[in-house]
Amino acid sequence: MGGQEAFLGKTLTEKILGRKAGKDVEAGEVITVSPDCVLSHDNSAAIIQEFRKLGVKKVKAPGKIVIVLDHIVPASDEKYAQNHKSIREFVAEQGIPHFFDINAGICHQVLPEQGFALPGKVIVGSDSHTPSYGALGAFATGIGRTETACTWATDEIWLRVPETMRIDLSGCLRAGVFAKDLSLKLIGDHGAEMANYKAVEFAGSAAGDFSVGARLTLANMSAEMGAKNGYFAPDAKTLKWLEGRARGPFVAVASDPDARFETVLEYDLGALEPQVACPHTVDNVKPVAAVAGKPVNQVLIGTCTNGRLEDLEAAARIFQGRKVHPSVRCLVIPASWEVYREALRTGALAVLADAGCVILNSGCGPCLGAHEGILAGGEVCLSTSNRNFRGRMGHRDSEIYLASPATAAATAVGGKITDPRTYA
Amino acid sequence: MSQGKVWKYGDNVNTDVIFPGRYTYQIMPPAEMAKHAMEDLDPEFAASVKPGDVIVAGKNFGCGSSREQAVACLKAAGVQAIVARSFARIYFRNAINLGLAVLQCDQAVDTLENGNAVDLDFARGEIRSAQGTFRFLPLPESVIGILEAGGLLEYTKKKLEKE
Repeated sequence: MGGQEAFLGKTLTEKILGRKAGKDVEAGEVITVSPDCVLSHDNSAAIIQEFRKLGVKKVKAPGKIVIVLDHIVPASDEKYAQNHKSIREFVAEQGIPHFFDINAGICHQVLPEQGFALPGKVIVGSDSHTPSYGALGAFATGIGRTETACTWATDEIWLRVPETMRIDLSGCLRAGVFAKDLSLKLIGDHGAEMANYKAVEFAGSAAGDFSVGARLTLANMSAEMGAKNGYFAPDAKTLKWLEGRARGPFVAVASDPDARFETVLEYDLGALEPQVACPHTVDNVKPVAAVAGKPVNQVLIGTCTNGRLEDLEAAARIFQGRKVHPSVRCLVIPASWEVYREALRTGALAVLADAGCVILNSGCGPCLGAHEGILAGGEVCLSTSNRNFRGRMGHRDSEIYLASPATAAATAVGGKITDPRTYA
Repeated sequence: MSQGKVWKYGDNVNTDVIFPGRYTYQIMPPAEMAKHAMEDLDPEFAASVKPGDVIVAGKNFGCGSSREQAVACLKAAGVQAIVARSFARIYFRNAINLGLAVLQCDQAVDTLENGNAVDLDFARGEIRSAQGTFRFLPLPESVIGILEAGGLLEYTKKKLEKE
């Protein structure tokens, strides 16, 4: 096929992967590509052990590797400290230029901020929320530890070109309703495997209205739909956000008007209510009204899903002149140090601290149950994170509810699950 | 062909209940991982599972985190295969990459119950039991090379040696 013809009728994913493979590709095909960026975090310690088994001394493309310490930062015990130490030593030994220590933030916020997540790029990461970078028009997907080690050695990975589900968005979100509510509604309506193995394109007249932060939330949550990658076509907003951040040139691509989509869903944003995912699955979703009044012990505002400036500010608007309920521990974790410093500058952190929130170092915090706010048996947490699986944040008999930062703040004030519009 | 007992579970068995997050960033040998296998779903599992046993589950098995221990702990516990309606995509990749058979077969999931004895015949692509014989979907050709090499690490090692 000729060069022009080859790119007719393709989705964004087919175009990005086709350019990388150096040929016309379509959904279903298995290709081998050299990624632009390979992400890992604290799990690099385990990846290094696998890499050593391969019998090669050096990683093949050190400049493509990005390592961000974020899961347990600073280290909470000797084992984690040893992991971090071995990663720092490996970074020095291999001459890996892009290493972010415990004072950077969550990888899924740091890679966009630091200009690695760019339109048209292929990014693989040994973390399931790697699809986040689709918010900026990249193809980004999660992989395992062994294949990360092998990709370090070979600079290659096999990928199946996914089919694409398009979600057409129209209308405007009403006050008190956010991108998080949309993602929960989608997963509640269609189940946690609604997009298993597939790409998800957020499109339609309202897609462009979402801020880059909100796009990161939706692309992040596409992982909870089972998606291989989730994305927004890059637009003027994307390019503006990348000014002064992009680490190099990039080529922005979008799906062709006649591209093949396996499924198309339509959602009117104006019809959405605040949503809550109830224990113990992300697709057990109800309108906040159905669970309002449920007492909570802890509220978590942060994570790679909802720890950005606009999230902290949405929470601060509710906390303004109010206090965290005496029976609630409210933890706030800015997604990155950039967000932390910005929230200091705008005053959002002062409002949160004055309200009685506990502000923690940028990182994953208690989201995955490793430190900083583990739940005891019988305790209930409402969190802005992305997973509420049994035992994830601590005891197997604890409960996690997922919601937007506004619902989280309202819940912290009320001491029980509360509709954020109560405090509008 | 080898025989095992069925451990039956439902839909959306996630990586947090297969291998809890509280252990994820502790580096431990596979035998130690096996002690925590399915800890938050079925506390009986780790103590009673026998080499050759088979997990039979519903749709979207292994959803959630990319943690490879969710495959490694079951493999170390002696599980010879997982039969499900469907697998979450990273789990599917990890299983192939670590050399654990992941088989899709709706009929087997519909019929088999906890404790049933099954024989797996990979050559014929069959699951045999007193409850019936079920054919599973053949694995994609592209990944058979990796499985045959004993996992991605061995596959890559051989490839690098050739270069």
